[in-house]
Amino acid sequence: MPEPFVSTTSRVISIPRANIDTDQICPARFLKITDKANLADALFFDWRFTPDGARRVPPSFIDEPVNSGRQILLVGDNFGSGSSREHAPWALRAWGIRAIVSTSFADIFKGNSLKNALLPIVVTPERHAVLTALLGDNPDGEWTVDLEAQQVTLPDGSTFGFELDPFARTMILAGTDEVGYVLGQLPAIEAWEATHPARVDTREGVTAR
Amino acid sequence: MAEKPRTLLEKIWDDHFVASDPGAPAILAIDLHLVHEVTSPQAFTGLRSRGLKVRKPGQTVATADHSIPTLDPSLPILDELARKQLAQIEENCREFGIPFHGQGSPTRGIVHVIGPELGLTQPGMTIVCGDSHTATHGAFGALAFGIGTSEIEMVLATQTLLQRQPKTFRVQIDGRLQPGVGAKDIILALIARIGVGGGTGHVFEFTGDAIRALSMEERMTVCNMSIEGGARAGLIAPDETTFAYLAGRKFAPQGAAWDDAVARWRKLPTDAGATYDRTIVIDGDRLEPMVTYGTNPGMGLPISGRIPSPADLEPAAREDLERALAYMGLQPGASIAGQKLDVVFIGSCTNGRIEDMRAAASVLRGRHVAEGLRVLVVPGSQQVKKQAESEGLDSVFKAAGAEWRESGCSMCIAMNGDQLEPGEYGISTSNRNFQGRQGKGGRSFLASPLTAAASAVTGVITDPRTLVGAASQPSAVEAH
Repeated sequence: MPEPFVSTTSRVISIPRANIDTDQICPARFLKITDKANLADALFFDWRFTPDGARRVPPSFIDEPVNSGRQILLVGDNFGSGSSREHAPWALRAWGIRAIVSTSFADIFKGNSLKNALLPIVVTPERHAVLTALLGDNPDGEWTVDLEAQQVTLPDGSTFGFELDPFARTMILAGTDEVGYVLGQLPAIEAWEATHPARVDTREGVTAR
Repeated sequence: MAEKPRTLLEKIWDDHFVASDPGAPAILAIDLHLVHEVTSPQAFTGLRSRGLKVRKPGQTVATADHSIPTLDPSLPILDELARKQLAQIEENCREFGIPFHGQGSPTRGIVHVIGPELGLTQPGMTIVCGDSHTATHGAFGALAFGIGTSEIEMVLATQTLLQRQPKTFRVQIDGRLQPGVGAKDIILALIARIGVGGGTGHVFEFTGDAIRALSMEERMTVCNMSIEGGARAGLIAPDETTFAYLAGRKFAPQGAAWDDAVARWRKLPTDAGATYDRTIVIDGDRLEPMVTYGTNPGMGLPISGRIPSPADLEPAAREDLERALAYMGLQPGASIAGQKLDVVFIGSCTNGRIEDMRAAASVLRGRHVAEGLRVLVVPGSQQVKKQAESEGLDSVFKAAGAEWRESGCSMCIAMNGDQLEPGEYGISTSNRNFQGRQGKGGRSFLASPLTAAASAVTGVITDPRTLVGAASQPSAVEAH
């Protein structure tokens, strides 16, 4: 069961790139696992290591020693595009990331993130430019992301609000599980099914091996 | 009072809307859930930990495609993790009563190839799979989209999903494609135009004369890459082409049920007067074969074009293009045609169906692949493999010096040992040219089967229209 999440205060990692796809976040060869173990090691793996396995010099974003333990990412537009792999938000969470600020997120990644209490925070291009400049001037300032208040507080005490799917927000704040929520609505589902017969039966003529 | 005109998407949505609490997403009923080995294991673990069963095993079907080797299936799988994952899907299907088209089954294949070829994919359905290329099935006028593992668990447990209704985005392709230009070129041209995030929050509906003229397999190629344009799904309204493809397939309705189904499907197309949130119109007459030059599918250009220069762009976009060209080792201003290749990959859920095999064979017949080039032809399913072999296409490929493999995702995602080596250049009929997608450090050009096959002959990126006899469209005869 997920843990409730309300807010976090952390320094910020800037990755000023657009269209970061889920193959970069978690390369496909790390998808052969049947559990969720050790995914922190897979995060941005090919950015961090050469094809020969040597750590890149200078170290890639999350490997910079100063970025160790930071929980907030500021990234370019359309973060999380490509593959639907939930291993991407799992790897980000396993590494310690709790919130990502961008001008937009790919749809599937955004949904997967919300199911893992990883907050996709959308800001306007204008605000994104201001935040990028602010981070350049004050790279070690702490930001507070408050889901309850739907507000980010910057190091100078100024704040801005953000929108998040209200249902997902409620679920994350309470640590409630969506499967449990839907199972609570089984009578409505059964009523729908009673008037909508299944279109196919995948079991016809298929013999299990 | 007349009913409000609705789009195809709105009709399917309304048909599957179960309920919604105020402020909460809709509970959307799911007709068909496709499962594969890579994204499902943790969902089954979740079910076990809750003590739940699969609620509708008869609306669920599984196969093994992503991490499965495409070499001789009688050989042991050397990759221990892949072997364990493949054993796990088989065990999960047995325990939960899900039909499994696994290793050794004549109906195994890439999940988005077998759904349609078995007739499981039907108009008006909601179809989901833990794979972003589920958009493929939208070619039948089904609302089909990729989901994450948490959502897989939701569908296994409830046969529903919590969803917000997406916006509609009409993509109208007018006119008639020129010889040598095909479905892959349509979708690559769209993505080059709108960018990889251009469709975010929307579902595409592809319309227009150029779309109507496509075969079902070509329509699947177009819808398949909707996600590369940021749209979670792409739709094409069902028509006579759709019904002709489905008639007689194993899981398609039969007899009176067929007539009822066709009558129902005929009501699906978007009503006159219905409105879309966005529309784009593309002139199909003017499309050329397309090739990508960068590290996302939006970085594409006509094959007669030149690689763009970062100097012409705004600062942020300039840096992205500089990084992409540095990774690709390409010079701004250079022609994309003529770029040197090490590997050619023909296959995937985008272009691994029988018509794709025929298109590639039409170019390679009587020709030989260039010296030193590695060419892999990987059918999308065992049924595609069998059909191709019955037509002698395997002999064409082998005589040309290409490898002919068992079916699977193969070098599209490079999880099974089929991969580019660091620094190698590959032209690929697959869907993603992301850094490392086809192997660590590998450099990918995306293109159509005709373009990939023409390039296999010369060893450099080649316009298929320049090879005599290569530009004719393959016959649209469809195999059952």
